[in-house]
Parts: sequence; C-alpha cells; structure tokens
Amino acid sequence: MDYSFSLELIYLVASVTYILGLKMLGHPETARKGNLIAAGGMTLAILGTLIFYKGAVPTFVYLLIGLAILLGTVSGWIIARKVKMTKMPELVSLFNGMGGASAALIGLIEFAHYTGHRLSILTILGGIIIGSVSFSGSMIAWGKLNGTLAKPLRLPKYNLINNLVILGIFAFAAYMVWSGTDSQLFLYLLFFAALTYGVIFVLPIGGADMPVVISLLNSFTGLAAALSGFLYGNMVLLTGGILVGSAGTILTFAMCKAMNRSLVNVLFGGFGDKSSESLEGSSHTIDGEIKNTTVSDVAILMNYSNRVIFVPGYGLAVAQAQHAIHELEELLESKGVEVKYAIHPVAGRMPGHMNVLLAETNVDYGKLAEMEDVNPEFQNTDVVFVVGANDVVNPAAHNDPSSPIYGMPILEVEHAKKVIVNKRSMKPGYAGIENELFYNPKTSMLFGDAKKVIQELISEIKSM
Amino acid sequence: MTELIEFITNNLQMVYILILMIFVGVEIIGHVPAVLHTPLMSGANAIHGVIIIGAILVMMGADPENKLALALGFVAVILGTLNVVGGFVVTDRMLEMFKKRK
Repeated sequence: MDYSFSLELIYLVASVTYILGLKMLGHPETARKGNLIAAGGMTLAILGTLIFYKGAVPTFVYLLIGLAILLGTVSGWIIARKVKMTKMPELVSLFNGMGGASAALIGLIEFAHYTGHRLSILTILGGIIIGSVSFSGSMIAWGKLNGTLAKPLRLPKYNLINNLVILGIFAFAAYMVWSGTDSQLFLYLLFFAALTYGVIFVLPIGGADMPVVISLLNSFTGLAAALSGFLYGNMVLLTGGILVGSAGTILTFAMCKAMNRSLVNVLFGGFGDKSSESLEGSSHTIDGEIKNTTVSDVAILMNYSNRVIFVPGYGLAVAQAQHAIHELEELLESKGVEVKYAIHPVAGRMPGHMNVLLAETNVDYGKLAEMEDVNPEFQNTDVVFVVGANDVVNPAAHNDPSSPIYGMPILEVEHAKKVIVNKRSMKPGYAGIENELFYNPKTSMLFGDAKKVIQELISEIKSM
Repeated sequence: MTELIEFITNNLQMVYILILMIFVGVEIIGHVPAVLHTPLMSGANAIHGVIIIGAILVMMGADPENKLALALGFVAVILGTLNVVGGFVVTDRMLEMFKKRK
C-alpha cells in the first residue's frame, strides 16, 4: 500500500507525539501534557488517514466508518468518565481487550486478501493469535478485578496443558503458513483456539497479580498493532505498536520488581499453591491470639496521640472510604494530631492506585509518604491505622523465608507503639496468606466496613 | 528462506525502525516512579489504539460487496475507537488527580 506524502508526513508527526507523550508520562509534572500530546497525535493520524487515503471509497463506507468512530467515541468517553476511580484498573484492562479484539478482527478480514504471500499470512496469523489472546485474557483479568472471577481457577497440571495448547496453536499456524492454505475454517479454528488460550492463560493467575498480567497483555496488543503495521507498510501503526510493545514489556518487569517477584513466577508460579504449602508445612507457626477493640477505644487512642499514620489498602477503595478517611485526617489535625498516609508502592490493585484514590479527595500531597521515607518514622508513631491493607504490612515478608511474599519490601508498621487493623473479617488478604501482624500483642483488630467504621470514629472523636 | 531475505531487503527501512523503536521504548520507561506506573500503562494502552488506523484501512480497502468484511471492519473500528478514546480519557482522569495535589 502506498501513502501520499502528506499522509506520510502526518504519520511521522504522530509517531513523534507518541514517543514524546510516553516520555512525558514518566514525570509527574509533565504527565498530563504528555497524554494530551499523544492524544493529539492520534487524532491527527486518524483524520489524516480518512482524508488522504488514495483510492476510491464509496460514500456509504465513509458513512459507516464515521458512524463507527462516533459510536466508539461516545461510548468510550462515557465509560471512561462515569466509571468510579476505584474501578480504574478494570477499565484499563477492558480498553486493552478492545484493542486486541480490533487487531484480531483485522487479521480475520485480511486473511483472504493475501493468499499465497507467506510472510503476509505469517504476519496476519501472528496478529490474530496475539490480538485474540490479549482480548480474551484482558476480559478474564477484567472479571477477576471486578470480583466476578475472584478465585484463581486451576485445572490439574494447568501449566503443562497451557503450554501444550500454545505450542499446538503455533504449530497449527506454522502449518497454515507453510501449506499456503486459504481455508476460512482453519482461520476461525485458529482464532477460537487463541481465544481459548487467553482464557486458560489468565484464569490460574491470582487476582493480586492482575496488574502485571494487564501490563503484559498491553504490550501484546502493541505487538499485534505493529504486525498490522508491517502488513500495510504503515509507519504509524508500526512505530506506535512497537513503542507500546517494548515500553509495556519494560513496565511489566518494573512492576514485578516492585513486588519482588519474577515474571516467570507471576505467570507460572501458582502463587496460591506455594502459600498453601507454607501455611500447612511451614515451621513458622503463628503464636498469640487476636485482640479485638472497639470504635470508642480507638477514638480515644487517636484523639490523645501525637502522631498517627494511616495505611490504606484495597479495602479502603472497595468500601469507598477515601473521603471518610480524609475527613478523619482533617478532624485529627484540627485536634493537633499529626497525621500521615503511608503508601506502599503496590497498595491497591495497581501501583499508584492509592495515590490516585486519595488525590481524588484532595488529600494534601505532602501527607502521602512513600514507603522508604515513612518506614524509619514508624517507631516514633503512636498509632498506625491499617485500613483494608494486608499483604503490604505482613512481617512474613521479612521473617519467613517460606512465605510466598518473602523479600517483598513492606511497611514496617510493627515498630509503632500501637497498631489498629481495620478489616471486614479475618479472611486472608489478596495473596491468600496469614498475617502474623494481627497476632502481634501491639495489634488490635477493629472489624467492620471501612467507611462505616471511619464514620463512627469521626462522630466519636467529634463528641469528645 | 529466500522469501525472508527478499522481504528484509525490500523493507529494510521498516526493519531499522522496528529495531530502533524497541530501544526507544526501553529508554523511555527507564526509571519511572512506581506512582506513575498505572497512568503510564494506561497511556501506553491508549497509544496501541493506533490499531484503529488499521481497521479504517481495512474498511476503506474492502470490496463494497463484501458485507462480512464491512461488518467485521465496522466492529473493529468501534473497538479501536473505544481503545483510543477510553484510554486517553481515563489516563487524563487519573493524571488530573495528581495535579490537584500540588
């Protein structure tokens, strides 16, 4: 396919905006502008393609394209604007799936047009496989994050089965390329096999690892886009796709590093398996008992403290308690208590999730403390209030080599004078492992819904 | 094999771009603070929505009589647009909150 000079020029500009945009997204001050620049480049590329396309296109096809873009824009805008900020990780997964599906559909249509061109067929089949896996995998990740598919589902020997399936898919695709077949039946067989693989690939992975999986599938979709760039000799598809493919891969590794895990461990490790072993077979048993406390006790404790640190986790997001905790913070500050939030890098369902959530409630930037900065401060802290967080404060990461989270950097809340843990129940956290912090003599448990408990705390402290 | 060599010679420019872009992608991410991982992922997610260009090209190049191709292309354009618009808007919404904290 050849493009007019104007279109090539537009594609060049668009490619530069993607590079610039991604670069600026990496710095807090420029991030928002970077996103807008990339969005501008994208708009330019889309309009340019519509205007400068060489070749006769019937008017009704233009109308159809316009209608599709209109539908996509309106629904995309509404979904992205209306969905609650706590639902954000699912949303990224959902949109990623859409991109993957789009790439797979393109391949399905183009297959018939390239019969006999082996390399083109290879590119097309590659796009179909990667796009489909990215689509169905993202849908499963989406389901897992919104709680529909909370439990990891594992067939016996699932790693072996999965690897056989993907090898089978590759072999089948290789056969299709080699034989130069134009069979639509084979094409759809491959398509459905790839969709199935996406499902069985993500299903066994625990919900806590979904951010890593989404990031990986994100780079897959980039790769699928790049493949269609190759097919059409289209530079903007090629550059945009490759850029996301490689940046996404690096980001995936960075996320794994923040959790002190390897990618192989995340994808094939079977997090839950290891933890159940360590629960049953570990020499490291948890002594002591759980102490309960009441709202009024905690209210008194906080009211007469000098320093209080809040440790928010996903439970806070689920309970929509971010506004309540901000109110509690302001109330305590007005009573002369110094309040901070300790943010673990992977608290919540995605790195940075808690920062975004708390920023939404206008919490002062200076009050959000990062893990390395806040850890030495715990020993001078009177009360640590853990709200809906679990694994990020689990001392097993330091003490228990058999624990699946061993080695993960944690918030060392056990150094504080008193630890109050708010949870809905004794259910283990997302990683599915026991937390000895709850059995620590310094720790008291305050069971209940985070929002309700915090609101009760507020009215209790107000009446003092 | 000859096909592969032929392809590479004919598309040497694309092969160069492919390789250089991989390095650009790696360099760009470099040392991004963990706080920005989510917005960055979301922004990258929006950028691979560039696949919509492919979907548009498919529709424009399709035989107007081929209803199946047009229907699939139509869906592909909708999905691609969702990816682009949704991706950029969500990223902007996330970053909007970062800005407020100053």
